[in-house]
Amino acid sequence: MHVQQSIERKLTESLTPDHLEVINESHMHSVPPGSESHFKVIVVSPRFDGLNRIKRHQTVNAVLADELAGPIHALSMETYTAGEWQTRGGRTLASPQCMGGAKAEAG
Amino acid sequence: MSENPVFAQIKQEVDDNDVVLFMKGTPMFPQCGFSAAVVQALSTIGVKFKGVNVLDDMEIREGIKAYTNWPTIPQLYVKGEFVGGCDIIREMFETGELKQLLDEKGIENAA
Repeated sequence: MHVQQSIERKLTESLTPDHLEVINESHMHSVPPGSESHFKVIVVSPRFDGLNRIKRHQTVNAVLADELAGPIHALSMETYTAGEWQTRGGRTLASPQCMGGAKAEAG
Repeated sequence: MSENPVFAQIKQEVDDNDVVLFMKGTPMFPQCGFSAAVVQALSTIGVKFKGVNVLDDMEIREGIKAYTNWPTIPQLYVKGEFVGGCDIIREMFETGELKQLLDEKGIENAA
C-alpha cells in the first residue's frame, strides 16, 4: 500500500498545483514504524483563488475522500494561492506532536 | 440536516455558547496534539470557550463531521458559525485574524 503516492497523484491530477508537498508525519505519532496514517500536505494551486480556507480544505478533503475514509487517520494541510505562497516566502507551519491519542483510544 | 437527531444537540451547543471547541480530551487535558494546539491558541488569546470532548460521545464525534462536512476533530465554532479545524485556527492565530474575528463578533478576549 502506497498511500503517499496515491495522495500525490490525486492532488496533482485534480488541483494542478504550482507547488505540492506530501509529508508522511506518521513517525510523529504513536503508530508502528513505516505507517502511512498521518500526513501533511502543502498545496499551492490556482484552484484556491477566491475560496476561503474552509472551502479550500473541503476541496482537498473531497479529492482524498477515499484515503480519509480508509488509511489516513490525520491529514494536516496548508493551502495557498501562488500569490499567497510568494508572500509567505515558502514558509510553513510546524505540525503539532502527538499526545498519545492513538494509545488512549483506537482512532 | 434534520435527519440526524444529534444535529439538534450540536446546534444547541453552538447556539448557547459564543465559542465552542469540539475536541479530543478536555481543555485541561487534551488527548490529541491537534486539539491541544487549538486550546493553546485560544488560551493565548485569552478567550473563554466551551470544550466538548467528542471521546465521551460517539454520536457527537461522528455527527459533528457530517454537521459541517468536515472530516476531522478539532472543530471551532464562534457564534454558531464553523471557523475551522486545527490548521485553519493556527493560521488565523498566527496572522492575527482569530483575534480580529473575536473582536468583530464582540467576544471578550485578553490579547
